[in-house]
Amino acid sequence: MTGKYAIEIEKVTKVYQKYSSRHRFKTFKSALVKGDLFKSMKPDELVTALEGVNFNVPKGMTFGVIGENGSGKSTLLKIITGITKPTKGRVTVRGKVSALIELGAGFHPEITGRENVYINGIMLGLSKKEIHEKFSDIVRFAELEEFIDAPVKTYSSGMYMKLGFSVAINVNPDVLLIDEVLAVGDAGFVPKCLDKINDFRRRKKTILFVSHDLSTVEKICDQVVWLKNGKIKTLGEPKRVIDAYLQDIAGQQEEVFEQRQQRVNEEYGEKKETVIKKTSDEKTSVTVQQSLPPDEADEHREQRWGKREIEIKKVRLIDLKGKPKHVFQTDEGMIIEMEVESYSRIKDFVFGLGIFNSQGIQCYGTNTLMEEFEAKSIEGKCEIACRIEKLSLINGTYYLDVAVHKIDGYPYDYHRNLYSFMVSSLNKDVGIFRPEHEWSFSSKIQFKSFKD
Amino acid sequence: MLKLINNFKDIYKYRVLIQSLVSRELKARYRGTVLGFLWSFINPLLLMIIYSIVFGFIIGPRIPAFGGSPVLYALFLFCGVLPWTWFAAASIESANVLMIQGNLIKKILFPAEILPVVVLSSNFIHFLFGVPILLLGKLLTVLFIPNAPGFSIYLVFLPLVMLVQFVFSLGFGLLLSALTVHFRDIKDILANMLTFWFFATPIIYPMTFPIIQKSALFRTFLNLNPMTHIMIGYQNTVFYGEMIRWKKLSVTLLVGIVLVIIGYYVFDKLRDSFPEEV
Repeated sequence: MTGKYAIEIEKVTKVYQKYSSRHRFKTFKSALVKGDLFKSMKPDELVTALEGVNFNVPKGMTFGVIGENGSGKSTLLKIITGITKPTKGRVTVRGKVSALIELGAGFHPEITGRENVYINGIMLGLSKKEIHEKFSDIVRFAELEEFIDAPVKTYSSGMYMKLGFSVAINVNPDVLLIDEVLAVGDAGFVPKCLDKINDFRRRKKTILFVSHDLSTVEKICDQVVWLKNGKIKTLGEPKRVIDAYLQDIAGQQEEVFEQRQQRVNEEYGEKKETVIKKTSDEKTSVTVQQSLPPDEADEHREQRWGKREIEIKKVRLIDLKGKPKHVFQTDEGMIIEMEVESYSRIKDFVFGLGIFNSQGIQCYGTNTLMEEFEAKSIEGKCEIACRIEKLSLINGTYYLDVAVHKIDGYPYDYHRNLYSFMVSSLNKDVGIFRPEHEWSFSSKIQFKSFKD
Repeated sequence: MLKLINNFKDIYKYRVLIQSLVSRELKARYRGTVLGFLWSFINPLLLMIIYSIVFGFIIGPRIPAFGGSPVLYALFLFCGVLPWTWFAAASIESANVLMIQGNLIKKILFPAEILPVVVLSSNFIHFLFGVPILLLGKLLTVLFIPNAPGFSIYLVFLPLVMLVQFVFSLGFGLLLSALTVHFRDIKDILANMLTFWFFATPIIYPMTFPIIQKSALFRTFLNLNPMTHIMIGYQNTVFYGEMIRWKKLSVTLLVGIVLVIIGYYVFDKLRDSFPEEV
């Protein structure tokens, strides 16, 4: 083995061809009649999965590949493995490759785990003797001692995956390709896999790690490449690449939330005459019902009610710098701005807001009455802002209620779930709220670190 | 040509894999059955019994050949049907094998050409299980039917006939498996073609039938069919106890080798498209 790089990818382009069924029939006929079997098989449509991808992975490096679904990550791995060939460009891999792409792809359901381990091992390039030596390691790692002589069709998908992982990792490769396989393991198995991967790192093996789990990528990778639409967007130090990637994702999500907001504004923004007449006319109350969302089980159950003696005309979410947005970080702050108008002088009013998560659980709720603001008067156009210094919410989508009502609860204008925002975070913590916290340990407690 | 030789070296290199896949195939086939491997014997035995009854008591008496002995005719029939079953099953399975085992081609680095080899080999082993039944039937006719042709030394050429069939089927299987990926119609065409082919091969009738011998057209047609010479090879060595037809069988072997080269060439040309098409 010579050369500094374990994997060299030179200007790789992969174009997939789509054949339509009509076309297939035509070619079969022409293939028979004219005999131009190879020439006539021209595709109808081309899909470029990778375009001019160019990078090298030095020996001993753990290299992350990130990107959205369909960005070409799996195609790249397939080309490196040799399963498919690049349309253009060249790939050089030095050393024995083992790919954790589709675990247990070669398993036959009817025969036992034991027999499958042997056959799978042979497929992955081991000799019978080598498998024999490693057999007990493989089974122990997969935690399947009891089931190894049962047909594989009786395995759960988790057991299947464990056995596949265990065989592939025991091939003892120089280059290990890992494609999103850790996502399916149970809580006990994933750390074991990560341990094994860490073990490979220590032994200076080259690892190419494809994952959507950005925190793991950041933790274990020395370098990261971000693929977008088949091209390299950024390559470099993990933190920097992942941040850029997250920003790009946030930008896209921002658009989605923006669109939802526009739709909601159009749907509920107009002051509806029927609402005003509600009490005086029985007939129109039917119309009122119809002006509510048609289905109570509607996704987020957005609603707006109240006679709007005081109307909430506009609600904006902005960050602490004053920039309107919908995607926030856990440790970021948020200001909720409201424009309201009171059509007469009113003495009894309370402003309130509530934050709900996607399961409909209220994460927080407050109003001016609870916080002991005593209402005196409101008249004309006014503005209200509520500044949240730090959101401290976990990953997820949140919905916002804003309302103005009387002290006794009579609503002037109630906006239910009309506004939404997202909190994105690399943390995997659970619950509904993330209190600011810090861990400390005495010196006898030690943790493994992935990077020395 | 050099590349082709290298490719064949590769197949040799994968012999352990082929071996274990064949044994997996055989194990999986009867897994869960009570009789297990015995089925490999029972299937041809039952077939043989059915032939003896149908041709012995129902149709048989009207056939003048084989000294008027319907049981002899049943044995003759079995002589051809057994290897034909191997050929037909292997061909049909070859046409499907790349799609059925698509996971291997798509998901792991796997030498696709060994799949048709595995199909052919596992069906070959099945055929081999039937051979003792065939010989048992032969023994019974020798013992109980007067004037029945006896065993002869020419039986030693039986493996040679099998080799010719193996080579020819391999070429056919390679071609079929590669082309079916692109033209799925082949599966259906093949099923019909095999029925026609069966009757166009001297299996249920001997080549020596007067009607065939009288018509030059018939004879030429049958002689152009490689399976004819392979089937006659079985009939000569087992049923008649005669010498094989060296020349015709050698030509058939040559045809088989050419077919393997063509099949492999096509397979190799289309290989890169498999992961995307299956």
